[in-house]
Amino acid sequence: MKEKLIEKTLMLLAFSAIGALLLMAVFIFKEGMPIIFKVGIKNFLFSTHWAPTKGHFGVSSMIVSSLFVTIGAMIIGVPLALACAITLAEFAPQRVTVILKPTIELLAGIPSVVYGFLGVVLLVPLIRDYLGGPGLSLLAASIILAIMILPTITSISIDAIKAVPYSYKEGSLALGATHWQTIRMVILKAARSGIITAIILGMARAIGETMAVIMVAGNALRLPQSPLSPVRTLTSNIALEMGYAAGDHRAALFATGIVLFVFIMVFNVSANIITKRWRRE
Amino acid sequence: MSKVIVENLNLFYGDFHCLKNNTLSIKERKITALIGPSGCGKSTLLRCLNRMNDLIEGVRITGRALIDGKDIYSRDINLIQLRKEVGMVFQKPNPFPLSVYDNVAYGPRVHGLYKTSKDAMEAVVAKSLSAVGLWEELKDRLDVSALNLALEQQQRLCIARLLAVEPSILLMDEPCSALDPFATLNIEELFLNLKEKYTIVIVTHNMQQAARVSDYTGFFLLGELIEFGNTKTLFVNPQNKLTEDYITGRFG
Ligand SMILES: Nc1ncnc2c1ncn2[C@@H]1O[C@H](COP(=O)(O)OP(=O)(O)O)[C@@H](O)[C@H]1O
Ligand SMILES: [Mg+2]
Repeated sequence: MKEKLIEKTLMLLAFSAIGALLLMAVFIFKEGMPIIFKVGIKNFLFSTHWAPTKGHFGVSSMIVSSLFVTIGAMIIGVPLALACAITLAEFAPQRVTVILKPTIELLAGIPSVVYGFLGVVLLVPLIRDYLGGPGLSLLAASIILAIMILPTITSISIDAIKAVPYSYKEGSLALGATHWQTIRMVILKAARSGIITAIILGMARAIGETMAVIMVAGNALRLPQSPLSPVRTLTSNIALEMGYAAGDHRAALFATGIVLFVFIMVFNVSANIITKRWRRE
Repeated sequence: MSKVIVENLNLFYGDFHCLKNNTLSIKERKITALIGPSGCGKSTLLRCLNRMNDLIEGVRITGRALIDGKDIYSRDINLIQLRKEVGMVFQKPNPFPLSVYDNVAYGPRVHGLYKTSKDAMEAVVAKSLSAVGLWEELKDRLDVSALNLALEQQQRLCIARLLAVEPSILLMDEPCSALDPFATLNIEELFLNLKEKYTIVIVTHNMQQAARVSDYTGFFLLGELIEFGNTKTLFVNPQNKLTEDYITGRFG
């Protein structure tokens, strides 16, 4: 009797949480969809002209900026994260890994405003002085995001590599393969789905990150011309304009949210599918 | 002809004296079985012969192990070459999570063999799979994952994987213990075929198996080689009381 009650209460809580999420999604779509239809999907997605007070709602420069910033973060962050993961999982003595892995995971908990601040103080002047441009740039945003996603990708990849059965390694070494050949040809192959999942989760985090990006990306409303151009991402745009937006403008910000929502959904669903395949293997 | 000679070999795991002054010689192109109760050091001795114990921290070895007259613990030995020469099959079949083809081609690839000729590689894969009796069943399914094979097929594949790098010695650590009795008999038949070309050392806790397949047998107890000799003699007329107790099932 008592257990039934607890069970029912838990069910209720769970469903209200899920319900709240659904409501939020419905709300975003309800607020955002009409303006997309009003200006036309094509115009909305492919025009670079964003002047919401004058009735122009083209988000393409922000989509491109978000994608470039994310891709840049991946190009810088993924090799670093994999190098860390392979070193910690395969080469570092157990004692070192036991200390370093939680330390790296701790980095994921640092608030993004701190990363952004470090970026403004350290990274932006470096880029301005040595590479030119205003310093606040696509490159700065990519580097900061690369550092921010490093812990996520590293930590999940370490788990994936450590989950590879020791017998594979033993079999490979007993055939005369070197440690590095074993890593490259067997261990990374066996850990592949886990590593890909880690990368996709890192991507989702990068494309959704707002605060740090606003602080270092420069926020100019233009298609990026080079890595040194200041750019405005989808997330930055919502955060920067929501304070004074009203009417169609407000609706267009919700529509920007829909675009982000779709991106994140695609990332997460693919991560889920790949993880499932991994389990099955 | 002795292929492998072990002389006064001692092995310590830290403070634990695991192998005690083992001396034995293993004849070329014969099957030598190592029997004894579990924990007596059979696997450890086997792993001395391809230096897999090097991977374990805190292992110390004294004495000599010669293969073709060369001490494999001497300084100038090439570990990679040694392990190519001395293949190992494990208790639980451990094919890589790759296709059947890539499993067999793995050894040649890591040793940089047949790099320039796809035909030569395919021929080696075919030859190795034929040698373990898998070619007919798998020749049309070379690209399926090795993990989808039946256990017996997996163990055969693991043997084929070794043959592809042309070793001369095969070390087998309880190769049938994960298999059903029928598959075990099939694999034993394979050993008898492989004997024509390879020197085989097989660890087994199954005395019938030792009696069925081996030419020579060594009986271990607590790290000591109690008795070593012709399999028939050892089983029919054991010299040592301990051997007799073990093979008649009075302990262990
Ligand atoms: N890596 C290791 N570290 C410490 N002791 C070990 C290790 N491997 C095996 N041993 C010990 O060495 C003894 C012999 O083990 P093993 O060679 O596996 O025996 P067998 O194969 O005959 O069952 C056992 O007592 C076992 O506990
Ligand atoms: Mg054993």
